[in-house]
Amino acid sequence: MPPVLELKGITKRFPGVLANDHIDLTLEEGKVLALLGENGAGKSTLMNILYGLYKPDEGEIFVRGKKADIHGPGDAIALGIGMVHQHFMLVPVLTVTENVMLGMESIKHKLFLDREVAARRIHAISEQYGLDVDPYALVGDLPVGIQQRVEIIKLLYRQADILILDEPTAVLTPQEVRGLFQVIRSLLAKGKSIIFISHKLKEVLEISDNIVVLRGGRVAGTALPQESNERSLASLMVGREVILTVAKEKAQPKEPVLEVENLTVKGEGAHIAVRDVSFSVRAGEIVGVAGVQGNGQTELVESLTGLRPPQSGVVRILGKDVTHASPRVITEAGTAHVPEDRQRDGLVLSYPIADNLILNTYYLPPIAKGMLMQEAVIQQHAERLVAEYDVRTPSVMTSAGSLSGGNQQKVIVARELSRPGKLVVAAQPTRGLDVGSIEYIHSQLIRKRDEGAGVLVVSAELDEILSLADRIIVMFEGRIMDIVPIEKATREDLGLLMAGVHPDEHSADGAAIKEAA
Amino acid sequence: MSVKDATHKTAKNKMQAHRSRKRWRTLLTPLMAIVTALILGAIVIAVTDISVYEAFQQGVGAGLLRVVEVVATAYGAFFSGAFGNPARMVRGLSIWITTGDGRAWVQSLYPITETLRYATPLIFAGLAVALGFRGGLFNIGAEGQYFIAGLTTVFVGYALTGVPWFIHAPLALLAGILGGALWGVIPGYLKAKTGAHEVINTIMLNYIAFRFAEFMLDVGGPMARGDGRPVSPLVQPSARLAQFFPSNPDIRFNIGFILALLAAVFVYWLLFKTTVGYEIRTVGQNPRAAKYAGMSVARTIVLTMALSGGLAGLAASTDILGVIGFMPNAFSSGYGFDAIALALLGNSHPFGVVLASLLFGALQAGARNMQAIARVPLDLTDILQGLIIIFIAAPAIIRALYRLRPAEGGEEVVMTRGWGQM
Repeated sequence: MPPVLELKGITKRFPGVLANDHIDLTLEEGKVLALLGENGAGKSTLMNILYGLYKPDEGEIFVRGKKADIHGPGDAIALGIGMVHQHFMLVPVLTVTENVMLGMESIKHKLFLDREVAARRIHAISEQYGLDVDPYALVGDLPVGIQQRVEIIKLLYRQADILILDEPTAVLTPQEVRGLFQVIRSLLAKGKSIIFISHKLKEVLEISDNIVVLRGGRVAGTALPQESNERSLASLMVGREVILTVAKEKAQPKEPVLEVENLTVKGEGAHIAVRDVSFSVRAGEIVGVAGVQGNGQTELVESLTGLRPPQSGVVRILGKDVTHASPRVITEAGTAHVPEDRQRDGLVLSYPIADNLILNTYYLPPIAKGMLMQEAVIQQHAERLVAEYDVRTPSVMTSAGSLSGGNQQKVIVARELSRPGKLVVAAQPTRGLDVGSIEYIHSQLIRKRDEGAGVLVVSAELDEILSLADRIIVMFEGRIMDIVPIEKATREDLGLLMAGVHPDEHSADGAAIKEAA
Repeated sequence: MSVKDATHKTAKNKMQAHRSRKRWRTLLTPLMAIVTALILGAIVIAVTDISVYEAFQQGVGAGLLRVVEVVATAYGAFFSGAFGNPARMVRGLSIWITTGDGRAWVQSLYPITETLRYATPLIFAGLAVALGFRGGLFNIGAEGQYFIAGLTTVFVGYALTGVPWFIHAPLALLAGILGGALWGVIPGYLKAKTGAHEVINTIMLNYIAFRFAEFMLDVGGPMARGDGRPVSPLVQPSARLAQFFPSNPDIRFNIGFILALLAAVFVYWLLFKTTVGYEIRTVGQNPRAAKYAGMSVARTIVLTMALSGGLAGLAASTDILGVIGFMPNAFSSGYGFDAIALALLGNSHPFGVVLASLLFGALQAGARNMQAIARVPLDLTDILQGLIIIFIAAPAIIRALYRLRPAEGGEEVVMTRGWGQM
């Protein structure tokens, strides 16, 4: 039997870039093919070619052994190829049914939408694949993980049997990832075939049957998951040896730089997001905040950095009360803040890199003399930081919006960590980044710690917390479940704490952990 | 020169070269929009001329010839109305040189001075809206700010007596700035404090300003002249702006135009060279990032609206002090609304606004001559302006028509945001 999908010698050139260079791929029926590569390796170009959004300069596509001409998404869908984009294409104010129907509405009496028919089919699909989606729910009310399932239903509704999932886990919590993998397995059991695009090695190893690694527009290698490990995949992806475990000395904590006492913060709406939280961060240590996303971490960081006034409690930075201080006062007190949402909060995407690198120092000498901005100084400052922090860009006048995610984050890290300061607050510092950038940003945070700053890292990735932190705060429903020193931390205990369960309620040796905290 | 200075220089040159390349590309679309509008305008002229139909009845060749004649006459009249008749200028100049009598020369300059005079309030109003756009605010209230500024300017202009001109005129201008700024700050403050959308509030404040001016100037009103006409008293000569050609009363070209150019330079300097401008642009582009960066978003919004209103106010002040000399009840000239078009056409860049205003000024001045000589109705100006705006607002049409590449990156100016979003 021929493979469901075969790409032969696909080549795509853009002015000045060879985005895809003779790429061959084979997807067998009922299997998961993982497409692994750093940002800019050519994954998206390849998938856009497959989806008919780009025309390849060379090469052929075969679907079920037959040569296919794909001129647009319509052709792709007709061939049974469907794609779930990283950023969902859903209308939040419509129901699941209405979203799924969009573009192929069933009609009754020649004029009216027949929602019932569609809803019944959606319900049937949902049952068949164990998706558990209510056809009448408003999409805007659904959590991200369920919205993703709506996207998958959209494809199944259109009878796609080759599903392309573009970075499907980037926006999901660990629990949602597990759910997604279950869905993928049930899809495979029903004969669907999947292309899984990712740069998360662990996930690729877990879910795929075959791995193709892209680098610089070419196939850098193929691998079978049972014969590979994270290290071998990472070096294929990056093209050199990668240090996955962060090398760092034991922490030498000194005086506290951040003290938080009984902090309570309201979230959006009226609900209490952070409840009566107390902890401190000392100079020369990295404190990690672990927890499933949405358990108060965002609001905690916002209130520490002056973006969200707390209800009660005290925040002190270097002994100074900054509980109700503005972001500027907190920045000037020596705080660096790597915000959770780099594009929304951390950058002005339309500005050149040079102007983004002065976002919170624009009014200070030597960047400004009085109210006059010093263009030449700004330019030199940018040239220096771009070189020092390895931002890959044609020029410092390139707009931040045209950089890859990893380079955008490096711009923020460069801006924040290049300022002298004793406290670093980094929220999800490596979310959605490739291995090379993650490695780099981790090393910078550790450098900052070794220079004597206190670092608070909030991350939804337990691996990141475990490799960076010296002490780990676990948050659940706005409360601190426990503060665990790294020597005593185990993945299992932290997982239980993240789920709101104290390990000592489960095991006898939990007492030791509690004592240490 | 030290090594450091040299690197300073090259860095700066590189930056400027990059910026000028980008500027040229942003100019191309508006230019092609104007050309396209003129072509379509020519079609409108030809189609609406009865003699063209008559000529076509005699044959296609005669018809086409007539089309060329009609369009050439109309646009010829338009050109000489907007920029002057070169032959008359040369003649006037030679009379001046040979006889020392410069009157004919000055008279031949009348068309171009009319273009510049029309352009003056447009520049101020266009700058007002453009500055708002840069700060993420859609100031539809330039018209209302213009009215309030008219009242404050004219009041200082006629009520204050016995002051030398170098104090009186600046004071009257300042009164206009403050009046406009006040009317801009109100919606700015409401936006900053409550999130109330500036589009709604500026529109509403326009109506209040119109009616308030009516009340003040109507026969028997507090600021009426008292001779049975709904107009303000004449401003004192000491408050009038200096004329360039005081000998020729037809020519009303005054230093208001120079002030407008200075205002454009000031806005450019403020927006792109100062920390205040960086704050305005950052709030306009990404208010969340502005807050993160420690800027006061609320204060910046209020300041932007104050500056915007002040600029709109100067449109009224220069009109009253430089041209009209008093404030009529029916003062509205639609500057505030033209201003939105100008800001769009000028890509919200101060110098772009100046160019756009000169174009609109020329359209106004040329259209009058076109009506007088070629009997093409004044309304053609509105059609041309409308077409230019459509092509600017939908650049995809122009790009498709002329196969231009889209300008990449750059600061996309945010027109406005939804209710309650800052």
